[in-house]
Amino acid sequence: MNFSEALKSGKFLITAELSPPKGVEVEPIIQAASVFKSKVDAVNVTDNQRARLHLSSLAFCRLLHEQGFEPILQMTCRDRNALALQSDILGAYALGLRNILALSGDYPKGGSVRPVYDLDSVQLISTIKKMENEGIDLFGEKLAGKMNFFVGGAINPGAEPVEQQILKTEKKIEAGVDFFQTQVIYGIELFKRFFTKLNNRKAKVIAGIFPLKSYNMAVFLNEKVPGVFVPEEILKRMKESRTPETEGIKISIEIINELKPVCSGIHIMTLNNDVDIIAEILNKI
Amino acid sequence: MIITEKKSKEKILEYLKEAKSVFVIGCGRCATSCETGGEKETTEMAEFLSKHGKKIIGTVVIEAPCDERLVNKEFNKIGTKANKADAILVLSCGAGVQVVSDFADVPAYPALDSMFLGKTRRLGKFAELCIMCGDCILDDTGGICPVSRCSKGLLNGPCGGSHNGKCEVDPAYDCGWYLIFERLNKLKQIDKIKKFKKTKDYSRIIRPRKLEIR
Repeated sequence: MNFSEALKSGKFLITAELSPPKGVEVEPIIQAASVFKSKVDAVNVTDNQRARLHLSSLAFCRLLHEQGFEPILQMTCRDRNALALQSDILGAYALGLRNILALSGDYPKGGSVRPVYDLDSVQLISTIKKMENEGIDLFGEKLAGKMNFFVGGAINPGAEPVEQQILKTEKKIEAGVDFFQTQVIYGIELFKRFFTKLNNRKAKVIAGIFPLKSYNMAVFLNEKVPGVFVPEEILKRMKESRTPETEGIKISIEIINELKPVCSGIHIMTLNNDVDIIAEILNKI
Repeated sequence: MIITEKKSKEKILEYLKEAKSVFVIGCGRCATSCETGGEKETTEMAEFLSKHGKKIIGTVVIEAPCDERLVNKEFNKIGTKANKADAILVLSCGAGVQVVSDFADVPAYPALDSMFLGKTRRLGKFAELCIMCGDCILDDTGGICPVSRCSKGLLNGPCGGSHNGKCEVDPAYDCGWYLIFERLNKLKQIDKIKKFKKTKDYSRIIRPRKLEIR
């Protein structure tokens, strides 16, 4: 069963995030990721995350695909214009990739490069759907052959004011999004609040899990990442723990169990391809 | 208004390294308002260059150095004199420097950097308001431009990095989309941004842009 079939079947989904290397050493990451290969429904591959140079997401997705993983291609609007994005969408399909997560993309801080944002994430979702449903590109020109992608969008349930995020989310649903992946979340309250306010609940939602490794990491997320809220109790546990990494894993498992009844799956992210942490969590849920 | 910023003195001296004599031209409009190229700044620049051993052939503030007609008229008066200098230094936006360059026989150098099209909040405080996309959508966005005031120029609402009215790029920036929501709520026009917005008409920004209506 592939990712889209699994999601439609109602099975509780598990995806993990991998970052392509900064450089060309692809083998060690793919090798290491094999520890959770049989346990995940898909592997989500970042696209120059935090606007820092990495090997291309498209290339890394194809390499993972060759090794039997089901990749979700993250595609940001930051680095490519509308022509390049569409060209990569076609390329991805030809290379056997079937899932795309459409994102606007972190802004390049410090002005190192000039960002593009020819399209925004809603327009990117709509473009992919137009290409597959109508067989035409953004410019109305006919495309040869049929394609069929499973397209995801991002949601940040903790960003305030929530009404503004809801409006954007509803636009993504109207544009034809098939599933959502949330920003990192550390409790069920923000998640519930968001989805009770959403009128259109057709799309499936995968909740973002980020295992904490230290108290400092929790503080950083709380203070520096917009819309991420680490509750007081979790901060306390991380501060007092003598084995914070183990505590972080324990907390992640608790959050997953709490979220299970209200979402369609979970997505585990780590900072530097911490595949062992991912594997440990997956062994325990 | 075109907001300009003074280039560093070191940079200007570097441009004028070979020039023994200089003619200084200011701008009577935007650069005067920005206090970067008006009468006062033009005089100050001449004094500075003089102190650094340059012979000042003359100074003039042209009402609008970006208007070819006015520069032409001015050069009919000052041209012979100005062209006697080894270089001309122009305290205006890039448009003014280029028009002056077209009329001068000697090199004309920029003393300012052109920053953006924006507003003056108060003395010395400016903010960008328009990127001149040629496809204005302010009718739908409560008179607040998402193209210039959202760091990413998004057209369909805020990104996930917008939080408590602030931008992910820098919490010192207001989120343009937050401002749009607040304004539209106030105007009872929130429905205007519920519909999907297509990409902009990029045919309006094929460079170099020209507008000929007569």
